[in-house]
Amino acid sequence: MEAFRAEVGSSGPVCIRGGGTRWSLGGDVGAEVRVVHAPSGIDSHDPAEMTVTVWAGTTLTALAETLAEKRQEVGLDGPPGSTVGGSLAVGWNSIRRRRTGTARDALLQAECVGSDGQIFKAGGPTVKNASGYELCRLLVGSLGTLALTGRVILRTRPMPESSLWLRGSMTPTEVERSCYRPSSILWDGDHSHVCLEGYGVDVEQEASDLVEHGMTEVDGPPNLPPDRHRWSGELPKGAVLDVAIGVVHCNGSGAVPEVDPTVKVIAGRLKANFDPKGRLNPGRDPYMVSE
Amino acid sequence: MVHEMPAGTDDLVADLVEALGTDRVVAGGGARHLYARDSSIIEGGHSGPVCFPGSTDQVVECIRVAVAHGRAFVPRGAGTGLSGGAVPCNYPVVIATTRMNQIHEIDTERRIAWVGPGVVNLDLTRHLAGTGLHFAPDPSSQQACTIGGNMANNSGGPHCLAYGVTSAHVAAIEVVLPDASTVVLGEEVGDAVGYDLRGAFVGGEGTLGIATRIAVRLTPDPPAVKTLLLDFESIVDAAETVTGIIAAGIVPAALEIMDHKVIHAVEKFVSAGYPLEAGAVLIVELDGLPGGVAREVEIVEQVGAENRVGTVRVAADEVERELIWKGRKNAFGAIAHIKPGYYLHDTVVPRTRLAEVVAKVNAAVERHDLIVMNVFHAGDGNLHPLLVFDPREPGTLERVHAAGEEIVRISIEAGGVLSGEHGIGLEKRGFMPLLFSPNDLAAQQALRDAFDPHGTANPLKVLPTGASCGDVMSLPGIPEGVWV
Ligand SMILES: Cc1cc2nc3c(=O)[nH]c(=O)nc-3n(C[C@H](O)[C@H](O)[C@@H](O)COP(=O)(O)OP(=O)(O)OC[C@H]3O[C@@H](n4cnc5c(N)ncnc54)[C@H](O)[C@@H]3O)c2cc1C
Ligand SMILES: Cc1cc2nc3c(=O)[nH]c(=O)nc-3n(C[C@H](O)[C@H](O)[C@H](O)COP(=O)(O)OP(=O)(O)OC[C@H]3O[C@@H](n4cnc5c(N)ncnc54)[C@H](O)[C@@H]3O)c2cc1C
Repeated sequence: MEAFRAEVGSSGPVCIRGGGTRWSLGGDVGAEVRVVHAPSGIDSHDPAEMTVTVWAGTTLTALAETLAEKRQEVGLDGPPGSTVGGSLAVGWNSIRRRRTGTARDALLQAECVGSDGQIFKAGGPTVKNASGYELCRLLVGSLGTLALTGRVILRTRPMPESSLWLRGSMTPTEVERSCYRPSSILWDGDHSHVCLEGYGVDVEQEASDLVEHGMTEVDGPPNLPPDRHRWSGELPKGAVLDVAIGVVHCNGSGAVPEVDPTVKVIAGRLKANFDPKGRLNPGRDPYMVSE
Repeated sequence: MVHEMPAGTDDLVADLVEALGTDRVVAGGGARHLYARDSSIIEGGHSGPVCFPGSTDQVVECIRVAVAHGRAFVPRGAGTGLSGGAVPCNYPVVIATTRMNQIHEIDTERRIAWVGPGVVNLDLTRHLAGTGLHFAPDPSSQQACTIGGNMANNSGGPHCLAYGVTSAHVAAIEVVLPDASTVVLGEEVGDAVGYDLRGAFVGGEGTLGIATRIAVRLTPDPPAVKTLLLDFESIVDAAETVTGIIAAGIVPAALEIMDHKVIHAVEKFVSAGYPLEAGAVLIVELDGLPGGVAREVEIVEQVGAENRVGTVRVAADEVERELIWKGRKNAFGAIAHIKPGYYLHDTVVPRTRLAEVVAKVNAAVERHDLIVMNVFHAGDGNLHPLLVFDPREPGTLERVHAAGEEIVRISIEAGGVLSGEHGIGLEKRGFMPLLFSPNDLAAQQALRDAFDPHGTANPLKVLPTGASCGDVMSLPGIPEGVWV
């Protein structure tokens, strides 16, 4: 952490870059702003504890490979090149969220460098913790505007023994009624796409029920367009709705949702308290996103 | 004894009565005495007037009047908290949510319920019977505690191992902030854009504002459930079994350990059928789809056998299942019969180090010449050493506190944290520097200040300050013992 802290320093605007796959989300940082990178590497994976300690610059692919050796996974996802730090800073949810949990539940502890160039720690190493304020929650989805994350401890989960996608004309509500906790239900305007995960016997049983209702087994999820916005009741052509989280995967981001002015007041105070000089990721605003 | 309230209190009470009506404000000594404490061992709080608002607007009024009189306010649910979170310091306005106990709306399709903060946890569960849905957080105090209190302490319970603690079940919260403005944090479905203010508010222990309506997520009842009771000669073997089960890739619905002394206390009290000669019992609950549950029963039996299990009892029916749980859920009541006082501690350690830490904690407490019993959420490493004692014996409370501090130090040395579910409140704020650096604490203060820049909401809780809550931590002289 010391080297990362030195790199961030304590003065002048600075932005942090992971894989650059969502670099402009929430607005551009100026071209002249100094760029830093979080360290990468996996410190330790403890399968019996169901936690992993990993540097924020590590790619999700590298992390997934290490965890898969012990048949575990984390609830983070993203295009090739995505990093752990970038994924947390963006904070979107996986389409398998119902099984893997939210990004916000995945982060147990974060070691960060704050605006003053000092290291601070949020959360704690254990899987359950009610010691003090929930700082980790604030960091996820903050687009690096409150602090720059160097190293984290993430919650891991067992990988399912079996995993299956089905597609058909049942509505999401019908699917929901006939399955116990499917990992994902997506709706493309004509068809439901369902992911069943768990023990082989159970997946087969639930799948055969769905097949009886006209669903068919497919290789995987539908092609998801690259952009996302909040569900507003309308599904554009080619877009896919993630029912559980009310997110539409689409081409081109939609309008930025309106936010209660009181929420903005609290958000403004948070930014001012954590980054009084506005050094961190200047130009970026987590409220200027459509999801 | 009840102290005189500070100057200006009469005007404060008059304004509160004018805003809320006479039946919603009490300021007499008896009531203020009652509301000066919660279920922790913390004495010495001083309550100002106690208000019982019935609506969000009335909560706004309470806060508006309190602020106009320069008084702080303290949100309060059922007062079952164990860390002193609801103990009022320096005569604040206490805002009790017990009359905001309406279940406003249940949407079984979208699996959301909007409830008042004063709804008792078990009442919601009962209300949902027959819908195929339930509210997953099930603290052992669920017959009394409120959903507002659960939210504010981010409470857990046996079934939070697989389903997550309260935060995972709160979608949105209507909050009255310390400046008396009202806002909704979170979204019914999915995450709100921007900073996760909902996530920050949950677990805020009443220091960030007061929740007036809560949208909770409802969980589908599992199609199959199996409850197992495993007995062991030693608590070490029980703990190793827990580690083995998690390492085998299973996340059971619940994994609860009770030690020898608890088994005896429980059997005397409710006859749950726990084997008296056992050093420890482990309750394992497995749920989900039937095929997987059957597989997991086999795996648990096998892991138990590898760790010298005595017998494995698989509950044959709902009656037997309820009996096994009855013992666990009545553990605290049973123990309260042993001595007049008890102090229920709460720390978390890495679950792989449970056995070692329990042994150290037991030795430390016994060195202080106190009885210690263990009944805890083993699956997530959440220890609950329970110290039983007679507070009337001179010097006992000093020993209780010395032992409590040692438990905290042992847990932190093993890589653990201060609290898993009871929160920090007044009880552990002095221990915060053992876990957090000054920089860490400054970051937490920055979060708190964003919601409550003037320190009006539940002052002196959670973060250590120079100030003390009256004679809050001066322990001697608890006349009626420590009650639950
Ligand atoms: C559970 C989950 C599921 C997801 N699923 C998908 C999906 O299915 N499809 C998809 O396209 N995306 C998905 N995402 C989003 C995706 O993970 C991110 O967009 C990721 O790709 C960004 O990583 P990056 O390294 O490229 O970040 P960058 O593009 O480099 O940066 C993105 C933002 O994060 C900030 N940042 C980067 N590193 C840090 C750090 N160490 N500390 C603080 N701030 C930092 C940057 O400054 C920038 O503001 C998902 C995210 C999560 C959490
Ligand atoms: C026998 C016993 C067993 C217990 N078992 C468990 C257990 O298994 N798991 C567990 O987690 N806890 C347990 N507890 C602790 C306690 O029951 C929980 O912390 C519970 O959630 C507190 O709820 P309450 O309504 O009693 O809150 P209170 O004690 O009244 O208040 C607790 C805190 O919440 C704040 N608060 C209350 N309502 C609001 C609101 N509407 N808005 C904002 N802040 C608010 C208060 O200011 C205070 O800081 C147990 C307690 C007892 C006595």
